[in-house]
Amino acid sequence: MAAVEVPVEKWTGKIREVKLGGNGRKSVVVGGANTLPFLCFEGVQAHRPAVAIEVRDKEPRDWSPHLVSAWGDALKSPGAWAKKAAEYGADIVYVRLASAHPEEGNTGASEAKKTAGEVLSAVDLPVIFVGPDVAEKDNEVLVAVSDVAKGQRVGLGNCVEKNHKTIAATCIADGHVAIAKTPIEINLAKQLNILLCDVGVQPDSILMDPTTGALGYGLEYSYSVMERLRLAALMGDGMTSMPMVCTVGEESWRQKESKATSDVPKVWGDHLQRSLVWEEVTAMGLLTSGADIVVLRHPRTVAAVKAVIDKMTK
Amino acid sequence: MALTGIEIYKFLPKTNCKKCNFPTCLAFAMKVASRVVDISACPDLSPESRAALESAGRPPIRLVTLGGDGHKVEVGNETVLFRHEKTFYHPPALLVRVKDTMPKADIEKLVEEVDAYQVERVGMKLSMDGFAVHNASKDADKFVQAVEAVTAKSNLVLMLMSENPVAMEAATAKVASRKPLLHAATKDNWNAMLEVAKKHACPLVVRETSGLNELSDLSEKTSQAGVEDIVLDAGINDFRSSVDLLTQIRRQALKKNFRPLGYPVVTFPGELAASADEEVLLAAQHIAKYAGVIVLEHFSPAVAYPLLTLRLNIYTDPQKPIQMAAGVYEVGAPKAESPLCVTTNFSLTYFSVAGEIEASGFPSWLLVCDTEGLSVLTAWAAGKFDAERIAKAVKQFNAGDKVSHKSVILPGKVAVLRGELEDELSGWKVLVGPPEAMDIGGFFKRTWKA
Ligand code: B12
Ligand code: SF4
Repeated sequence: MAAVEVPVEKWTGKIREVKLGGNGRKSVVVGGANTLPFLCFEGVQAHRPAVAIEVRDKEPRDWSPHLVSAWGDALKSPGAWAKKAAEYGADIVYVRLASAHPEEGNTGASEAKKTAGEVLSAVDLPVIFVGPDVAEKDNEVLVAVSDVAKGQRVGLGNCVEKNHKTIAATCIADGHVAIAKTPIEINLAKQLNILLCDVGVQPDSILMDPTTGALGYGLEYSYSVMERLRLAALMGDGMTSMPMVCTVGEESWRQKESKATSDVPKVWGDHLQRSLVWEEVTAMGLLTSGADIVVLRHPRTVAAVKAVIDKMTK
Repeated sequence: MALTGIEIYKFLPKTNCKKCNFPTCLAFAMKVASRVVDISACPDLSPESRAALESAGRPPIRLVTLGGDGHKVEVGNETVLFRHEKTFYHPPALLVRVKDTMPKADIEKLVEEVDAYQVERVGMKLSMDGFAVHNASKDADKFVQAVEAVTAKSNLVLMLMSENPVAMEAATAKVASRKPLLHAATKDNWNAMLEVAKKHACPLVVRETSGLNELSDLSEKTSQAGVEDIVLDAGINDFRSSVDLLTQIRRQALKKNFRPLGYPVVTFPGELAASADEEVLLAAQHIAKYAGVIVLEHFSPAVAYPLLTLRLNIYTDPQKPIQMAAGVYEVGAPKAESPLCVTTNFSLTYFSVAGEIEASGFPSWLLVCDTEGLSVLTAWAAGKFDAERIAKAVKQFNAGDKVSHKSVILPGKVAVLRGELEDELSGWKVLVGPPEAMDIGGFFKRTWKA
């Protein structure tokens, strides 16, 4: 009988463990793997990938009717929305402070504090807060949120190369986790982690958002950049070994396959099912290449993705 | 594994006799390595050297052709573990299972639907590859009838699934020219199944679910017995162990050059799934890592489309984004007074825009700028889609000669380029379209008097 040797790689590095929450809140630890995603024969996935649900501080104007009907009136209140997200099985609540965008209401620190307070008291799950991705506004609202959430170890983002110092400083001061966002490029991702560490953020207080391309809209780029980041980390590069967050729902539901309600080819099939599978397959693709947190939008996608993660990691 | 020139040189006569029309054996070897000429151009190569070269040059994962008359699909011959290392070459075949216990009318309906299914993306037509006809009844006549019902409706690839060599022979004899993939030779039926595969020169699945040692033994025995077109079945259908097994097989083949596992692998992501949603997620994982043939239990367009799209994404060459030639394209049958739109030469961008223009009922001219295959914002951020480049393209392709109005529509995402472009293109009016192509129809309706 052929004795097939099990081809085990001797990785020298491992993914950092990053904790969100705690201190009275529930906590979730992500990362900790010392092998490639879902491989069981050569290492351990210390923590299963987490599923976050996206919540907005303002009722979205242009969301698919399928999302609107799934969430109903909860869309009008971030607290109610977060509570429902917890009921639907979210491990983490991911709050986008969209209304701070100059074109979406240009709200400021006081509104951000109110939103943060509502969400933090509505649920005991770990929370991530991200700004509108406009530098000055991000700094304004995230510093405000940081203060309200002091000690509760929330995630704050997005730190980008050109705008990371203020957010990093507030993360350090209040004990939060910085989300480092870079545009699908391995060196930029590493570079930003280095910059954050240089200003004093602990490496285990950083999550990377390497930018998500949805299925059919750049997924293959995200897939390979994440795979390369993961391999670099396993080969011992401590500046690429931060766990990764992917904004799967946001990217997937913005594409025509999910957005268009009529006038699409018949071969695209049922609109709801297609939208759900689009989100699920985007999530699965990125989990396979190394995502540690996937941020989703539809409750049914959350259920499906969680069920499969359970089965793959048990 | 492809051999280098030096490795090939070692096998040559080293006489520099020039009969191959190259000055030296080494020069010839280099050309063979880069596939400019075939090794057979050297008349003095000894049979032993030729055999050794062929065996050393054999790909670590065999290329297996499924199908004969009608539709053909090639699977296997992958060379890397990670797509960024080079690219993945042969997308896994997606087959839908048809059980011979289904009523004939249901079989026909399913087969017609799968056969006709075709969805267009980035100018490519994506479709399913065929059917796995399963002898679930264990009755040879029923199996033959089901196979005939399928082949009467479709030319797509066939995999025939039966443990019973008699049923297999009966069904294969009916469709031998279609070169079905036979599933499966096991420890118990090996001799007889092997004979069916040999007799009809069909590719054969070797199935052994107790472990990779046992699977390797069976596959080695099969190739030694003269059947080389092998597909491996390690019973991969489980959420927990799929990626383990697929990774181990791929690593054995590529990193250890271990021949008995150097074949494409078939998987069954729906066998243990609780729902069609779970099946599609496991199938998605199998597409990324590392299936060669995937047998699905369910088919519906809303699931097939995302899976086919994932397969296209994963199997796109990372070194070259799919791109278009720059130039002025006609979408519909535009006239001089039709709109002139500008976009980039990333195919995904081009086809998104062209598709929406077509659907809008406003035929248009579409000026495609060379952005080295980058999307609108990516190209803009990389400095490859700016006012200067757009103006240059307008002039280079004489866009002004096509239209009577001298106005050009920019993608909404690069609205910032408007002022600069007006400066660069004196006498032109620059309009800003919507950020997403799907809103182009509404934009034309509001702004364009056709
Ligand atoms: C995939 C991707 C890449 C891929 C390249 C893909 C490619 N071939 O273009 C890679 C990884 C290589 C890449 C690289 C970079 N990227 Co990039 N990338 C993306 C990503 C995820 C998706 C882009 C995409 O494919 N979109 C799909 C296509 C179809 O969209 P599109 O071309 O815009 O077309 C749509 C519309 O514009 C419209 N449209 C198009 N033409 C027209 C014409 C008219 C008339 C109208 C009306 C409409 C219209 O129709 C289409 C459908 O709606 C986006 C972020 C995101 N999630 O969107 C970032 C993004 C575009 N990248 C970004 C950046 C910064 C970069 C880099 C500069 C990073 C770096 N420093 O390395 C590099 C630059 C490339 C280089 N130097 O070689 C930024 C741009 C930021 C900005 N606003 O300036 C983005 C937005 C990410 C971010 N948020 O930071 N990127
Ligand atoms: S024909 Fe063969 S032996 Fe002669 S030079 Fe060419 S490679 Fe060398």
